[in-house]
Amino acid sequence: MNLDLSISELAKKYRSGVVTPEDVLNECLENIEKNNPKLNIFITLRDRQELLAEARNVKFETLLSGIPYVLKDAYVTKDIRTTSASNVLNNYIPDYDATVVKKLRDAGAILIGKTNMDAWGHGGSSENTDFGPVKNPWDVSRVAGGSSGGAAVAVSARMAMFAIGEDTGGSIRNPAGWCGISGLKVTYGRVSRYGAIAYASSLDSVGPMAKNVEDLSLILELIAGQDKLDATSSPTEVPVYSKNLNLDLKNIKIGIPLEPDQAIKDALVKLKELGAEIMEVSLPMLKYAVPTYYLLAPSETSSNLGRYDGIRFGQDRSNFTQESMRRIIIGTYALSAGYYDAYYKKAQQARTKIIEDYNTAFEKCDVIVMPVAPTVATKLGELISDPVKNMLADLYMVTTNIAGIPSLAIPCGFEEGVPVGFQIQGPMFSEELLFKIGHQYQQVTDWHKAKPNI
Amino acid sequence: MSWQTVLGFEIHIELSTNSKMFCGCPANHFNTPPNSQVCPVCLGLPGALPVPNAKAIEWCIKLGLALGCKINLQSKFDRKNYFYPDLPKGYQISQYDQPLCVEGNLLGHKIRRVHMEEDTGKLLHQGSETLIDFNRSGVPLVEVVTEADFNDSNDSDNFLKELQQIIRALGISSCDMEKGSMRLEANISVSPDESFPNYKVEIKNVNSFRFVKKAVDFEVSRQIKLLETGQTPIQETRGFKETTGETFSQRVKEEAHDYRYFPEPDIPPFEFTQAQIEKWRSELPILPSQKRLQLVELGLSENYARIISADPEMYDVFMKNPTKQTADLLINKREARVVSNIPEEKIREVVSKVISANIAIVESIKAGKTQAIGALIGQIKKELGDIDIPLTQKIISEIMKL
Repeated sequence: MNLDLSISELAKKYRSGVVTPEDVLNECLENIEKNNPKLNIFITLRDRQELLAEARNVKFETLLSGIPYVLKDAYVTKDIRTTSASNVLNNYIPDYDATVVKKLRDAGAILIGKTNMDAWGHGGSSENTDFGPVKNPWDVSRVAGGSSGGAAVAVSARMAMFAIGEDTGGSIRNPAGWCGISGLKVTYGRVSRYGAIAYASSLDSVGPMAKNVEDLSLILELIAGQDKLDATSSPTEVPVYSKNLNLDLKNIKIGIPLEPDQAIKDALVKLKELGAEIMEVSLPMLKYAVPTYYLLAPSETSSNLGRYDGIRFGQDRSNFTQESMRRIIIGTYALSAGYYDAYYKKAQQARTKIIEDYNTAFEKCDVIVMPVAPTVATKLGELISDPVKNMLADLYMVTTNIAGIPSLAIPCGFEEGVPVGFQIQGPMFSEELLFKIGHQYQQVTDWHKAKPNI
Repeated sequence: MSWQTVLGFEIHIELSTNSKMFCGCPANHFNTPPNSQVCPVCLGLPGALPVPNAKAIEWCIKLGLALGCKINLQSKFDRKNYFYPDLPKGYQISQYDQPLCVEGNLLGHKIRRVHMEEDTGKLLHQGSETLIDFNRSGVPLVEVVTEADFNDSNDSDNFLKELQQIIRALGISSCDMEKGSMRLEANISVSPDESFPNYKVEIKNVNSFRFVKKAVDFEVSRQIKLLETGQTPIQETRGFKETTGETFSQRVKEEAHDYRYFPEPDIPPFEFTQAQIEKWRSELPILPSQKRLQLVELGLSENYARIISADPEMYDVFMKNPTKQTADLLINKREARVVSNIPEEKIREVVSKVISANIAIVESIKAGKTQAIGALIGQIKKELGDIDIPLTQKIISEIMKL
């Protein structure tokens, strides 16, 4: 199956003429037809004839030319319905394209459709959606993770070559981990947020999801960079990540802040064999990460969602789900006069401390390795019915969003028959290093090649 | 009992930058077709992000410098959250605890702060429907907040006119009250002694200096009357009716708004260097007060200096040949702004004729309806064409022995 190839392998086949974008698109559409009813990935699928016409007209200008991908429905797409998985926007057709969409179109990638997610990014299981929960392709009685659940499953179940997710507190890494794919939460400012429907603006990040690290590196070098439409995008130069994946891990120090479980232990053994030095580091603020996140993110979301009043577009406010209303109300409360100092301001102070924690840790080590999630993919209904458990699922992921640093999530084994992954976190703009380490790991392991039998 | 007026102002000025505060749409919205100058950013569409207009920030700081403010080298934008249909994002991007400029002074009055924000859209009520025009949404708006240290409406009138002149000298806004590029809110209360009153009346939507003066005068006497009968004026927002010269209640504030201010996460905080600020300071034009001082030093009277400094054209002409003769010529010319070649005798002749032919009008003028002089002048103009109006008025007064 061509969809098992890496992007660079497929691009080579395109150029030699043995495979065409139309062939690959047809493979995607077949898999979608077969499995989407079971997995509930797509909110909006583009018209087949339109897609095939686009595939026939591909000019091979970049490595992504003719490569089919899916987009989390959190990005606005001109003339294509964009819902953020909420009934509030169930009829909303944007008038412009997000920067990431424009960049991918310019690169020649083919957008297949818009994927299901937790509405507005509010969740870690892709169950808080008005379009029905997304199912895990490894075990359909389990959730896919979230909030970029549909995007992760589309890649895992071979319905697209890659996906663009959005990560505010783990929303790329959690479903990547639970579905057995690779995902990157970028440094804040690395990729333009213009056109990404905001959940929590100071934490939101736009990133790639794919089968392996090499693919991620290829995608990132095409979507990263400063954007005059996003004042928080960084002028930091974008390396050609994919040309620079080889690295001797001999001089690399990997910090471990937590007692590793079996899958992580195995991964560390591999990294050690590759030459890395493993050492303990401490992140004393880790225990405050979830409370900090669940004050900052709801505060910002309470403001960001204020525009969805149903006056100019979309439906009225009664269409927000329970979980979204909970976050809006918590945020409104945290920002209110008399509570601001105790909640929002305190959380900002904790944010500074968390950044300091990481800075201290990165004086000792180059990167930090942590699990993606504290558990494997939960059963359907388990998280959505328990808001506190739902929040705690984000424990290992939210610190990187709070600190703004990048984190690469890659698969490292199976537990209870479903995939588990680990994160490699690094300092600001260390994506190149994270890719190198992740790529070297994937050169000596096969976890990223496993695919669900569905 | 002597009453102490407590009077302060919040002044909004729309900047005349090319583009809006946070997007590339044109900022000039006067007389444009509704919703013809909008984009995802100023419509608050999902996913759109604000990018601050550097020119607007520079201009706001220059105004602050012209008003003798301290400039905060570290500043930021904040979100002011409230719901109103003309505010498409559900929040206004404004400044809360780190305004660009603080602690200024103008004509002896303290300026608390000068900060940068964005304008809202406009609601147009048509019958039972309300339409929204977003052309004004996101236009750069500077807010100048004074301390409540004005004694009376003469005091504030001078201040506001001076502020307008400074802004026009800077060339950053048309600062036109009728067009809404300068908007005032007066906060008025009255105290029996030096203590601060426990209420505040806000007057909004007054669109000329003359009316501001009238509104302040009316409001002060209204409040004094209430206080004299032992009542406390209620805390409210009042409008001004031009036809009657009276203020009227618009909205009684039940409770203070909670705007849930927090730092705008879409815009990184600013950091200015002192060198940057000094560069901007060096670019300031000669301000009206400096011009006046300069003219007085050149030997003009305070009165002449005030008149000539207020008019850039007159000032330029005077400065080319700064003599008493030039000043006399300019002032005389100004008073006969329409240069008339008609001899005074001819005017006298026509004035006499018109007066004897309009007994009714003459009677009403004598009875105190002085504005009816305009009707006489109209008839004289019909006869003679362009006339020297001040001269003609003088002649009318003489003949009528007013």
